[in-house]
Amino acid sequence: MAQPLSKDDVAHVARLARLSLSSEELERYTTQLASVLEHAADIGALDIEGVPPTAHPFPLTNVFRQDVPRPCLDRDEVLSQAPEVEDDRFRIPRILGEAP
Amino acid sequence: MTSVVEIAAAVRRGELSAAAIIEQHLARIDKDEVDIHAFNLVMADHARARAAEVDGMVARGEDPGALAGVPVALKDLICTRGTPTTCSSRILEGWVPPYDATVVSRLTAAGAVFVGKTNMDEFAMGSSTENSAFGPTRNPRDLSRVPGGSSGGSAAAVAAGFAAIALGSDTGGSIRQPAALCGVVGVKPTYGMVSRYGLVAFASSLDQIGPFATSVADAALALDTISGHDEADSTSIPTDSARARENLGRGVDGLRVGVIAELAGAEGIAPDVAARIREAAEALSAAGAKVEETSVPAVRYGLSAYYMIAPAEASSNLARYDGVRYGLRKPGADITEMYMATRSAGFGPEVKRRIMLGTYVLSAGYYDAYYGKSQRVRTLIIRDFEEAYRSFDVLLSPTAPTTAFELGAKTSDPLTMYLSDICTIPSNLAGHPAISVPFGTGDDGLPVGAQVLAPAAGEPVMFQVAEVLEAAAAAKGGGR
Repeated sequence: MAQPLSKDDVAHVARLARLSLSSEELERYTTQLASVLEHAADIGALDIEGVPPTAHPFPLTNVFRQDVPRPCLDRDEVLSQAPEVEDDRFRIPRILGEAP
Repeated sequence: MTSVVEIAAAVRRGELSAAAIIEQHLARIDKDEVDIHAFNLVMADHARARAAEVDGMVARGEDPGALAGVPVALKDLICTRGTPTTCSSRILEGWVPPYDATVVSRLTAAGAVFVGKTNMDEFAMGSSTENSAFGPTRNPRDLSRVPGGSSGGSAAAVAAGFAAIALGSDTGGSIRQPAALCGVVGVKPTYGMVSRYGLVAFASSLDQIGPFATSVADAALALDTISGHDEADSTSIPTDSARARENLGRGVDGLRVGVIAELAGAEGIAPDVAARIREAAEALSAAGAKVEETSVPAVRYGLSAYYMIAPAEASSNLARYDGVRYGLRKPGADITEMYMATRSAGFGPEVKRRIMLGTYVLSAGYYDAYYGKSQRVRTLIIRDFEEAYRSFDVLLSPTAPTTAFELGAKTSDPLTMYLSDICTIPSNLAGHPAISVPFGTGDDGLPVGAQVLAPAAGEPVMFQVAEVLEAAAAAKGGGR
């Protein structure tokens, strides 16, 4: 199937998933993930090109609810669970390059 | 008195108080919870107040509902407004949901009394409840063993008599496998049969909520109470209820039962477990069913397909834990550093493994080879089941390959742990219902579970067969 999994692959995937790994974790996860991918090689060997993929067991389409106004979640209750709030909004660290 | 049907009937007639029932269960929790650790949170004050409310309704001549006074435990990924919901994860520790899950509203409307939130593998990822950030749950039948997982706390709570009913969630076997290991009944309903509004998502094309109980009839009543269409869940199927009780008491005379050759005698199935399943097949045959071995060839690839599809969906679902709207936040100089610090501190090792595996199989260059191929295998499994159900009403297999294993036995090798789910995964991939019923014990004296599988919306016939297995196990003296 694909190339064997390298430590660089795992480091790349961790960065995409916004996880930082110690070098010891990187080592361990590379071995463990490689063994799972190796087990999955059994499906790699199957010739099933003509078989359509299934994303969902029973696809329901155009699922709508009644279009009637109703109360939404209580704003104070929702904001009470946020790590940081300012002026009824979620507060986050800076997202651009300028000084905070 | 532990039967749900009996408790509810007696409370509704005013012959038994919900308060007395809840005190019995809280007393057992006081005595044994310190050893078992089934709960992340015991809701004793809430339960007492709620029981008084139920008794007040009866006193006023009102009917509290079909589950009047029945103590229910909830897996800690089912949202309860005003009560913490942690998913056994540091990243949600202390989070208090602003709304109730639909199953919570339905149980409340039926008169149930919540006793606590149960321990689980973090975000439902695991087969032993050892992946909880708050420490493992122990099997009430043998404290040196795991209760299974991921809904191990719910299974243990019912097995220990802490609750008469518990809810869990089943993505690849997380209700049925712990039910088997703890010696209780566990049900994964048809995909879409029970609303998932307020269920914290793991793998959305597979997740389903279902009940644990000590008997098939109790599980059927619980499922009928929580099932049925919900407009708040767009994957909810348009039906009123699972009709789990519809065929109870009818026996199995003339029903066709297929024993899945690939699972019943597969490599990795312990000989004592395989022997109990043969006896279960013989018991159904003796009760009048036509029992034959059959083949569902593609189930052999279920484990591989599942461990691509479920992590792929999880990597997407768990992207929401970013330290912005709820849960843990660890500081960082900019937003990316904050995300990385929060997620690295908040998620445990198994969750990180699955997020990375899922991210990998979805990434450019690997998508077709792993994820795309797994989706095609999923189609093959559905086709092979369809073929089998042309000849059989239900299928039979073991629920788990072994009885409960020792704590720590499989924690160092994730793949070994994943193999615990080989018999249960195919039903999730197909969206079909399946139930685990205790059927005797293994050589170690610990419970074995027999799994009855049915086609989509096949709950009536599935419970019909399960009830006969339960009676046969009781007659042999091996069940309960």
